[in-house]
Amino acid sequence: MDYRSPLAKVRGLGSAKSGTSHWWMQRVSAVALIPLSYWLITFLDLSFHEPYQQLVVWLILPINSVCIIAWVLIAFYHAALGLQVVIEDYVANEGVKIIVVWTVNIIFFMLALAALVAVFRILLMG
Amino acid sequence: MAEFTLPKNSQLIAGKSYAAPTGATNVRRFEVYRWDPDSGENPRIDSYELDMDDCGPMVLDAILKIKNDVDTTLTFRRSCREGVCGSCAMTVNGKNTLACTKAIDSYSGSIKIFPLPHMQVVKDLVADMTHFYAQYASIQPWIATQTPAPADRERLQSKEDREKLDGLYECVLCACCSTSCPSYWWNSERYLGPAVLLQAYRWLVDSRDENTGARLDDLEDPFKLYRCHTIMNCTDTCPKGLNPAKAIAETKKLLVQRKLG
Repeated sequence: MDYRSPLAKVRGLGSAKSGTSHWWMQRVSAVALIPLSYWLITFLDLSFHEPYQQLVVWLILPINSVCIIAWVLIAFYHAALGLQVVIEDYVANEGVKIIVVWTVNIIFFMLALAALVAVFRILLMG
Repeated sequence: MAEFTLPKNSQLIAGKSYAAPTGATNVRRFEVYRWDPDSGENPRIDSYELDMDDCGPMVLDAILKIKNDVDTTLTFRRSCREGVCGSCAMTVNGKNTLACTKAIDSYSGSIKIFPLPHMQVVKDLVADMTHFYAQYASIQPWIATQTPAPADRERLQSKEDREKLDGLYECVLCACCSTSCPSYWWNSERYLGPAVLLQAYRWLVDSRDENTGARLDDLEDPFKLYRCHTIMNCTDTCPKGLNPAKAIAETKKLLVQRKLG
């Protein structure tokens, strides 16, 4: 039997005094991805339709390499922020929630690293 | 926690049917959710045929007609019958509304009446509002000031500042919006929900209140506030035509403004 008052249950542990940065960065990264998507689409277009060497020539141009690296970093950051919200929505168990959120974070971090290494390999080794 | 299926003891069964009185020519059918905590039975749908020539125009009139003339066991809340008290909030044909301000003629075919979604049911159409009211109390919905009130007059407010409360003060706390919100269904233990957040914003923008910072501190939480994903069911369903989603968005803007300067 839980004898806590309804108000005590609602107040719980109080406010986390955070959440605004998470919400704001999700919006900022989403907006940043709109122009950067141009480079991703161009990159994919070249990958599928042109010879490899032409892709390398395109990617070596600083504006293109910078924007592709920016896309990788921001896209994985945005995905991690978004998926954390989804997990918080649907997973109630606190322990499971923490494990799942951090598993997702680590997976996205590793994927972002792998993508960066791939880009740098192309840039440095052609 | 997200629940996608009804537990066995909540699954609906067919209930009793009450035919229209003989000679009735203008008949409408009302299918009403019934559950009696003392019976141990599953909830059922009772079906009532009413003579519309002998019934008022609103959904609440039909419910009162059933209660008075057909089946006195039907349990529901109602008081003002004019959209001011918020008591008769229920789900009519799948959308939360106040039964007293919703015309029967605005629907075609039979009318399905259920208690507010995803709330514990006390009996029939009566939902347990304890948690909802505690959430309202938690935002301290009263003016908080350090400056003593002027000795010779009330605390003054400009016309422009008063207008900021329009669209907020009209909320009657019927809970139609909160109980239409999927985020509130899944996380109402911690998410305050659109109704309470609209009320919180009502005090955030009140020019006479001196506690805005502390109020924002209390709201800044991944669950209390940021479970709102702008689904907009709240604004869509509000029987008073208010816009809780906008109030929540404005609250988020205040928090960003505070952070970014």
